[in-house]
Amino acid sequence: MAKQQQSKMSRALQRRENVAGYLFMLPSLIFFLGFVIIPMFICIITSLTNTNMHDPGMFGSFIGLKNFSDLANDPVFLKGLANTFIIVIVSVPAVCAFSLWVSSAIYKLSGPVLSAFRCIFYLPVVTGSVAVTVVWKWMYDNYAGILNGVLKSTGIVEKGVNWLGDPKTALWCIIVILFTTSVGQPIVLYVSALGNVDQTLVEAAQVDGATDLQVFWKIKWAQMMPTTLYILVITTINSFQCFALIQLLTQGGPNHSTDTVMYYIYYTAFKLTEQAGHFGYANAMGVVLAIFIGLLSAIQFKLAKEK
Amino acid sequence: MKIQSGRSRAYKIFSIIVLVILAILFLFPLYWILTGAFKPAQDIYNQKPVWWPTEWVSNNFQSLFNKRTAPLFSIGGLTGPAAPAAFRWLINTVFMSVMAMILTCATAAMAGYALAKKRFVGRAVLFSLIVCAMALPKQVILIPLLKEMSALKLYDSLWAVIFPTVGWPFGVFLMKQFSESIPGEILEATRIDGASEAKTFVTVVLPMVKPGIGALAIFTFINAWNDYFMQLVMLPSGENFTMPLGIASLQAETSIDMGLLMAGAALASVPIIIVFLIFQKYFTQGITMGAVKG
Amino acid sequence: MKTKKLLALLLAMVMTMALVACGGDQKDPAPSTPDPAPSTTPAEDNKTPDPAPAEPTGASEITLWTYPIGDWGTEATVKTLTDAFTAETGIAVKVEYLAYADGDDKVNTAITANSAPDLIMEGPERLVANWGANGKMVDLKDMFDDTDLAEINAVNEGVMKSCTHTNGAIYEYPLVMTAHCMAVNVNAFKEAGADKYLHLDTHTWTTQEFIDAVAALYAHYNDTVGAVFCAGQSGDQGTRALVNNMYGGTFTNAEHTQYTWDDPLNIKALEQLKSMDGIAFDASLAGGDEIAKFYQGALKMAFCWNIAQQLDPNGAKTGAEKTVTGDDIAFMSFPSEDGNSKLQGGIWGFGIFDNGDQARIDAAKQFIKFMCDSAHTVEAVKAARYFAVRSTAEGTDLSGIWADEPIMAEYTKLMPYLGDYYQITTGWAGARTAWWNMLQAVGTGDDVAAAVAAGVAEANAAAG
Repeated sequence: MAKQQQSKMSRALQRRENVAGYLFMLPSLIFFLGFVIIPMFICIITSLTNTNMHDPGMFGSFIGLKNFSDLANDPVFLKGLANTFIIVIVSVPAVCAFSLWVSSAIYKLSGPVLSAFRCIFYLPVVTGSVAVTVVWKWMYDNYAGILNGVLKSTGIVEKGVNWLGDPKTALWCIIVILFTTSVGQPIVLYVSALGNVDQTLVEAAQVDGATDLQVFWKIKWAQMMPTTLYILVITTINSFQCFALIQLLTQGGPNHSTDTVMYYIYYTAFKLTEQAGHFGYANAMGVVLAIFIGLLSAIQFKLAKEK
Repeated sequence: MKIQSGRSRAYKIFSIIVLVILAILFLFPLYWILTGAFKPAQDIYNQKPVWWPTEWVSNNFQSLFNKRTAPLFSIGGLTGPAAPAAFRWLINTVFMSVMAMILTCATAAMAGYALAKKRFVGRAVLFSLIVCAMALPKQVILIPLLKEMSALKLYDSLWAVIFPTVGWPFGVFLMKQFSESIPGEILEATRIDGASEAKTFVTVVLPMVKPGIGALAIFTFINAWNDYFMQLVMLPSGENFTMPLGIASLQAETSIDMGLLMAGAALASVPIIIVFLIFQKYFTQGITMGAVKG
Repeated sequence: MKTKKLLALLLAMVMTMALVACGGDQKDPAPSTPDPAPSTTPAEDNKTPDPAPAEPTGASEITLWTYPIGDWGTEATVKTLTDAFTAETGIAVKVEYLAYADGDDKVNTAITANSAPDLIMEGPERLVANWGANGKMVDLKDMFDDTDLAEINAVNEGVMKSCTHTNGAIYEYPLVMTAHCMAVNVNAFKEAGADKYLHLDTHTWTTQEFIDAVAALYAHYNDTVGAVFCAGQSGDQGTRALVNNMYGGTFTNAEHTQYTWDDPLNIKALEQLKSMDGIAFDASLAGGDEIAKFYQGALKMAFCWNIAQQLDPNGAKTGAEKTVTGDDIAFMSFPSEDGNSKLQGGIWGFGIFDNGDQARIDAAKQFIKFMCDSAHTVEAVKAARYFAVRSTAEGTDLSGIWADEPIMAEYTKLMPYLGDYYQITTGWAGARTAWWNMLQAVGTGDDVAAAVAAGVAEANAAAG
């Protein structure tokens, strides 16, 4: 009898939690479902069709996995996938290492100096990719750019490097800009994480004769693990936001050396090319990218849970 | 001991020097935008970089303002007087960023609290969905989103950019991290006192997650302001342009008139930098608390 | 309590604004009642000073998206033209200014969102070969009677052919045309002693003279003097004409059914260009950037040039025929072995997107008639800074409109070299992309013959 009553009560409680939970979730869910999940579903469905700009109707005809098998044989897509991968693999560790170094160098500085440094490294984020790109485009310029100017006047190179016009350098140019617009937040996070490290542990270790390096890795690094994981997540997200740089600087060229999957989706959908408007195909790329990113997130959160 | 401290001092000096150099590099784009906006034509067209304007002029802003005009605002059927389009772009961008910020903070604070503190059915599934969708670039859902906006008659309106920004679940994730730190006992106590869910949320939860909301607000504001991609796809009309779109269109038209471009870039970045500098204290507090606790 | 009130207030504000703004965004759907026949009233009779609308029509507003074609990309100029149209017809025109860098994307995005503009201003390679071929445009055949055709054919027989799709539909109403050419910095040529290779009276030169001139310039400046730009987007006519003319290669066959730029003569030209020290294949430059670099003085020659540039270099309004540093600019034909080159034509005009609303289509036709075939055509042509495609427009003689402009008169020397307008070959958009990719590949050092073969294969795959 008592047991029954208890389960009844907990059922009522559960119902209450459900109602309250979903009511609180509701406003957010409307936007999340409406403008992320539903489009994602449509994306998945249309990736199995030949939907395009020229035929009327939301869904074309079903063609199975043809888009995906075409993708596997599309050299531009594969190149774009590789480039996307390179951007993530290079920029995420670079941003983390750089911001960790900067933070450890500045976190003990006095208040105003610290805050000035923090702001300066955050500035490119705030200034915005488009405004920053205008300056970078001029810096990379092949003819009157400052980068070649400096390199030539100091005698490092004899003939200017065509930074954005050479397939060997173009992607790295993009990564450098992405890097400067990504380190702001990690630095802010690391600075405060370093400030919050338990000093008694540090002192205890020093008494035991640990070197600075040992103190850093064994104590500080371990304590900052949650911060590091969070930074990994946001930096990864950030690495996928390089569209503006590519659209405004290289349009994927030269020789597709700066094509990413994100850009190729846009290119396939709307650029005036013969493939333009092949929405089914573009959506198939979106699905592949989403799977790729889903796996990446899953790995990161698995790591986060273990820690 | 002495040797070691000497070495560590040398390292310290070295790192400060490197830091200052880096700081200069990071400041450079902004410096170049601000000085470039006021340089006369002969400085702009000089083949060698001119580091400081030989003369401070306002022509660049004049030609920016004369280039395009647009009604200053249009709400409902009401259309404002014709003005330089750059002002309209600025108004649009502010409106868009503020709306995205308010809606995101309101919805994310509620959802984050629910995810952290309410044990409702489907919570785990929802949360994993949110985590997975967080890293999703908007290009993935580009085409369906465009068609959806067209069907909702929102294409070519600022709402077509605002709504997907609000839908992006990063804010919910962030607010969940914050809400985790609310002690369950306090919530329980409030409940026992007979407070309604809404009252608990407003009187207990909101004050405790305020730093988080502050951080999310600035974060969303900056993101919305600079989200060139969504703006490019959703806003074709000049009178719905935002600052990033405006500068990009100037760049596309006159790649050589750097003075004009810099004036545009200055107009796009200075307001948001000022906002950032004013609120940066709350911002740094906010994001660090959330992350470190998470 | 305070927070709650604030929150409530904010939310209320959001809701109201949302409602207001949503309401405001819906364009007044034009009443779909068929309007009185599109204006055939002679324009000159209507020149009353009264700005009141002359007659009520079906659509009260139409949209025009224009690429930067001369001053058709300048708001002040376009506004004068559209204001005149509005005064006469009562139809307001909302104009958006596209850039070549992302204009195509914007149009395609708008088509996808079912919000294409009513009118678009560009050339047959976009209006006919792309949007027209994909069934997005309205057939304008009913706008041409025998007089119109005679007036246009009197100037150039090829224009109407270029505006007509293979299915017989006419997707572009032409307004202006020109021959694309190249330009040289005369001061720089003189300084390097290369001016002896320029025939400034005829504006022609031979391939050998071009090669010698570049060598002389390079010897003097020790830097890139001309750029085969290949970042894409626009200006491909320049690089095509350069490569084709050097040794007389072709781009398509005469029937416009197949791409033939794997012609050994083109490969020879590409290899020649690649071997020249002063010429760089530059994948960081698009056509517009190249003009800017030339205007700035960094490059000594530009391959993306025409009369509009000659009259207003780089659109900078700093004076005709001058670079920013005040050097003289001369326009030149592309070099060929005998100096008798085939220049690429440019034809610009209007097309109408089929948005399924007859009233708006009729209003758009009225606009085209007003700009392309009325007393106002003079102004519309002058705004573009090109040559009129017709001899007379509703009785107004157009042949002498540039009589007081000596640069225009001088430029007519190039017009006889106008070659075949092949840009309407099927699969054109794909062929352009393939061309750029091929140039980029050649620039990075790929084997020329192999790169050309791959490019042509891609182009012909697009041609189907």
